Amino acid sequence: MSDKMATRQAYGEALVALGKENEDVVVLDADLSKSTMTVGFSKEFSDRFFNMGIAEQNLMGTAAGLAASGKIVFASTFAMFAAGRAFEIVRNAICYPSLNVKVCATHAGITVGEDGASHQAIEDIALMRALPNMIVINPSDPVSAKKAIFEVAKYHGPVYVRLGRVKVDSIYEDTLDFEIGKGICLKDGAQATVIATGVMVHEALKAAEILESEGIRIRVIDMHTIKPIDEEIIIKAAAETGAIVTAEEHSVIGGLGSAVAEVVVKHHPVKMKMIGIQDIFGESGKPDELMKKFNITSDDIVKAVNEIIK
Amino acid sequence: MVVDYQILESVAKNIRQSIIKSVHAAGSGHPGGSLSAVEILTALYFYKMNIDPKDPKKADRDRFVLSKGHAAPVLYSTLAERGYFDKKHLMTLRKIGSMLQGHPDMKRVPGVEMSTGSLAQGFSASIGMALASKLDNSRSRIYTLLGDGELQEGLIWEAAMSGAHYKLNNLTAFLDFNGLQIDGTNEEVMNVKPVDEKWKSFGWHVIEIDGHCFKEIIDALIEAETIKDKPTMIIAKTIKGKGVSYMENNAGWHGKAPNDEEAKAALVELGGEADVR
Repeated sequence: MSDKMATRQAYGEALVALGKENEDVVVLDADLSKSTMTVGFSKEFSDRFFNMGIAEQNLMGTAAGLAASGKIVFASTFAMFAAGRAFEIVRNAICYPSLNVKVCATHAGITVGEDGASHQAIEDIALMRALPNMIVINPSDPVSAKKAIFEVAKYHGPVYVRLGRVKVDSIYEDTLDFEIGKGICLKDGAQATVIATGVMVHEALKAAEILESEGIRIRVIDMHTIKPIDEEIIIKAAAETGAIVTAEEHSVIGGLGSAVAEVVVKHHPVKMKMIGIQDIFGESGKPDELMKKFNITSDDIVKAVNEIIK
Repeated sequence: MVVDYQILESVAKNIRQSIIKSVHAAGSGHPGGSLSAVEILTALYFYKMNIDPKDPKKADRDRFVLSKGHAAPVLYSTLAERGYFDKKHLMTLRKIGSMLQGHPDMKRVPGVEMSTGSLAQGFSASIGMALASKLDNSRSRIYTLLGDGELQEGLIWEAAMSGAHYKLNNLTAFLDFNGLQIDGTNEEVMNVKPVDEKWKSFGWHVIEIDGHCFKEIIDALIEAETIKDKPTMIIAKTIKGKGVSYMENNAGWHGKAPNDEEAKAALVELGGEADVR
């Protein structure tokens, strides 16, 4: 276990490494480079970094034009503005022509904290997942975040990467083999499965420990790629454990829970529960306070597992 | 380079006839704002741009982005006339399975540089293309065409600001200033004037011309290449529906196809035969 680090910080470091490897890597930001962590790239490769100012629509349109000219473009701002404000440009100028733009959105979810509801994107996964050609990735820790960035750079086409503001522990070792679209089984168990994404993977692992002390063994899956979703790992979990709880720092409408349910109902219907934001807006507060208030902690996962296996 | 105006005039006539035929065959589409831009596209594709229809993706080519994507018929007709694809495709416009979608799709049509249709996005993409050209030290120049109603989109001004900020002198935009949009005149719907002062204050080099006069278009294109530190906006005063008398200056022909009789009359007026096929 290394020191705590936010996934956005890992993103920033990965970008610098990518910039050294590949001259076609271009980074765009919208006056948030010190927050999205594109600042490191901007200093090392100032000729390939474009600050577009506070203009997220033009951030995405310009990214599309650079990609249409052969560049590998990373476009960053907060998730609220990347997926929300610029949605239709991401749809029509990036996804429709399937251009090579990586929308790397930071400060996603309610763990943005004190900034409050206006800045807490809780619907970005749902929005991005609905777009044809779009890949959606939500890494849980700095190691997988960094690996994800290297993988999306190799992949040709639009990708949405959801990154967090808060520091998180490393779950993985540097030897991690990260594959887009392949969920990772972190803990095996037969009584139920918790499928989590992003920061909620940490809560799921904590929940598994608590449950284990109560004699309940659950499977924990890190579903870092929400689209294309790993159907195989879900179907297997449904068949072998008979109950699934999903956990996401996102609305329960349209996010990971929905994506998993779409697979489950088609292939192997089992009971499900969804931990996530229950169709309400966030508010100001410390990240851990908000997670408690909005019922997305390890305790909530424990409760859901206990209910579902009853 | 000597300009053969007679050839350009005759090409423009062919393109206008193709617009009428394709929109008539489709039974829907946007003839008004296509006809107003014919001379601009003709000058770009038949005089100015460094392109090769046989090698549509060649390196260092100049690029044109139709930001007012609803004028797809003028782009398709021009590309076909220039030899990017067979003219027979024009009769499949907007039909199921056709490469000629209602709005331009870069994945389907050779020569289409950017998928457009949602207004202002093509202009924004042209900023990215101009930045890429600079990064690559390419001589590739980027051209784009905006509609006047399109100036009402906020994204236009975001992109305008960035074009001046990054001193994109390799970017030349045309404004197809015909004064009409779906619901009426610009003045009635949402005034866009003073257009010249707006672009000047946003840091662009501004040239005002008659958008149907080849000499003025070409002179403006040559002038744009001499500008060292800013992008150029060529404000082209045009007539919506230009060349077809019953369509001229009539907002009703923004997005409506002519029927058989109307199409035949238009073709005759454009110096063609009364044959819509």
